[in-house]
Amino acid sequence: MELASLFAYLISFLTFAGIYAVLAMGLNTQWGFTGQFNIGIAGFFAVGAYTSAILTTPESPAYLGGLGMPFLVGLAGATLASALIGLVIGRITAKLRTDYLAIATIGIAEMIRLFIKNEDWLTNGVRGIAGIERPFAGTPLDSPFGYLLVVVAFVVLVYFLLERAYASPWGRVLRAIRENEPATAAAGKSIARFRLQAFVLGAAIMGLGGGLYAHFFGFLSPEAFMPLYGTFLVWVMLIAGGSGNNRGAILGAVVVWGVWTLTELATDLLPTEYATQAAALRVLLIGVLLQVILVTRPQGILPEKPPKLIARKK
Amino acid sequence: MSSSTTTLLDAQEIYGGYGGADILKGTNLRANADEIVVIVGPNGAGKSTAMKAIFGLVKIRTGKVLFQGEDITNAKPEQMVRRGIAYVPQEQNVFPSLTVQENLEMGGYLMTDDLKPRMEKVYDLFPKLAERRRQPAGLMSGGERQLVAMGRALMVDPKLLMLDEPTAGLSPKLIDETFERIKEINAQGIGVLMVEQNAKQALAIASRGYVLATGANRHEDTGPNLLANPEVAEMFLGG
Amino acid sequence: MNDILQILIYGMVLGSVLSMGAIGVSMIFGILRFAHFAHGDFMTLGAYIGLTFIAVMGLSPWFALPAAMIGMAVVAVVIDQLLYRRIRRTQPVILLISSFGMALILRSLIQLIWGSENQTYASGIQFPWRLDVLGGLRIKPDHVWIVLISLGLVAGVHLFLTRTRMGKAMRAMSDNMDLALVSGIPAERVIIVTWIIGGALAAAAGVFLGIDTRLHPVMGWTTLLPVFAAAILGGIGRPYGAIVGGMVIGISMEMSTLFISAAYKPAVAFAIMVVMLIFRPQGIFKGTL
Repeated sequence: MELASLFAYLISFLTFAGIYAVLAMGLNTQWGFTGQFNIGIAGFFAVGAYTSAILTTPESPAYLGGLGMPFLVGLAGATLASALIGLVIGRITAKLRTDYLAIATIGIAEMIRLFIKNEDWLTNGVRGIAGIERPFAGTPLDSPFGYLLVVVAFVVLVYFLLERAYASPWGRVLRAIRENEPATAAAGKSIARFRLQAFVLGAAIMGLGGGLYAHFFGFLSPEAFMPLYGTFLVWVMLIAGGSGNNRGAILGAVVVWGVWTLTELATDLLPTEYATQAAALRVLLIGVLLQVILVTRPQGILPEKPPKLIARKK
Repeated sequence: MSSSTTTLLDAQEIYGGYGGADILKGTNLRANADEIVVIVGPNGAGKSTAMKAIFGLVKIRTGKVLFQGEDITNAKPEQMVRRGIAYVPQEQNVFPSLTVQENLEMGGYLMTDDLKPRMEKVYDLFPKLAERRRQPAGLMSGGERQLVAMGRALMVDPKLLMLDEPTAGLSPKLIDETFERIKEINAQGIGVLMVEQNAKQALAIASRGYVLATGANRHEDTGPNLLANPEVAEMFLGG
Repeated sequence: MNDILQILIYGMVLGSVLSMGAIGVSMIFGILRFAHFAHGDFMTLGAYIGLTFIAVMGLSPWFALPAAMIGMAVVAVVIDQLLYRRIRRTQPVILLISSFGMALILRSLIQLIWGSENQTYASGIQFPWRLDVLGGLRIKPDHVWIVLISLGLVAGVHLFLTRTRMGKAMRAMSDNMDLALVSGIPAERVIIVTWIIGGALAAAAGVFLGIDTRLHPVMGWTTLLPVFAAAILGGIGRPYGAIVGGMVIGISMEMSTLFISAAYKPAVAFAIMVVMLIFRPQGIFKGTL
């Protein structure tokens, strides 16, 4: 590979890793900070991506919208729509215990995917939405490198906002809930409200990630939101990096996306007739990687180092 | 005092807890086959923890537990049961969706012989259970559940029965009845070690008693002597 | 009317499949305290193990069924011993994440071994029986067998749980884990038996699904949500509840095609489940959790 194409490859790699880092930080807000087990990430990701696409693409007879709005409006819409969906889902599922929440969220993600796939009037169904504009078209930022800068800016923004929130009294209550729910309830905190707030915040961040993805990739179809890509990779990233820790989430996104990309390079060496097998092999490797991490280093590469608030019960 | 040959249980200077700071700080407990030994003490003294530690449910960091002279420190509950120690936790001590009879069967899970004679023995001791053998334990009253729990523990023909607050939440009449049953069990040659909140009544039937405070022995004496001890009386019995 | 009866039969066939999966999910939840997300892929793997017996040994699907059940029971125990056992002492949620990963591992292995194309057990079309008494209702023999064998398996599980010492120990563990340990019930052995039953029944579900439709690497994953719904509806830890849950979900899913697009069948299962979780989380038959 010559230098220029290697460089282009690196830019695209980092851009994707950045988008996944946003998703992983969204998940960290829900799981790492409050122990809410959301495996419907793909759903929020999809809502964000489609919202931004519908808001920003030029008018089209095939599906709703095509409002031709600017990029930032699209992203704001993505964040807001996903937060709203998160609010609705969070209200329904707030009282569920972990396993039920997991089942409910994956169900919701599947429903969202089915909806996108079958409601052509809104989303153009399986044909998908094409021609989603790159952000800041016509400005110096309109280049792959420019887009990488945009994504990095959002990663940094989300990181600092979350770190602020994490250190605030609000963040301390969240961690207290995760560590010892009964004691926090006894201290007079409305657990359901705090959990819901964290859930909605996490959902909003995932929606933002979806919006960034839509503009970077330029094309959306329901298949992009299968649980594998949208949900499973993000989980592996957060667990590998270290849940409860935003730097871990970012690092995990880069490392796991790196592993995922390397497996692609490796399986690309196989003859083309083995293309489907190659895809399966990659998933297999990532699955095994997750199990190895869970067995050998469940706290991740960068474990959380919280100020111990309450001694863990028994 | 009994000679060491009849000492069933001998817990020596045990330290341990749930992983954080030690809750037990040098607890000593002994029980013989012919005794009812009662542990009393204020809340948080480590009474229940001491029972759990002896039974292998809480990790002992240092110290030793001997049963019939053999070291059983930190052994698995299954081995405890095989050696003849039965333990009845304070709460949630029955299988609610299983019938009374099934609860007893589970108590005798490790026994390879026919469970029928053992079960009949339990029913003889607690005739109330015989009437309700087909009823799910979860549908019974607190007092009845306590009987099921003790019956379950007796299914292994234990040499030592450990009871964690067997009268908690029971009415005064049921408390009397429960203590009567415990005396009967003990009369069959089964040593009893129990934690009790109803200190006055428990010490009245006790051969010996221990007063624990902050994880260590404060007093050790015969039941009547402890009852007569003014300091003990002030701590738990007065008011 | 005829249509509705016909759909009812389809619903019962689907319900049988769901019940077989739901019993395992329910027992694993009761005893190991986690939602087993690889259960759908257990079903798929069971179906493909059956396919191999059919292809290699020339067995009919009905004789491949016990072979697939035994094979999948072995696989389930191996997965537990190699992986789940190592993380059992951590939080249950780690097991949940691990099982989610296991689902993907199994699916990719299936794709690698058997390929990604649709496959069938038997070529050709089975001629249904026509019941003229019921206005020409058509019933496929396969469908009758699926429902009858499922009922037989549920009865077997019920007898096992209520008549044998091991079965009672499983119920005891699902009732009160700590007390089971204190009573000397050997937890690890009970867990292995749980996987044997869960794996075998998942294979039955997969083979039934393969007989009824076709084999595909995601056949189990797409059935997982309705299986969970059936388990929750029936009450966790209740095998006879699971069959009622399975039937209710299966019949509702098929009936829904009269009103809405068939694409939304899984949504029906999901909607019933969410309503159930909100208003009666213990299930119709009051599960043990």
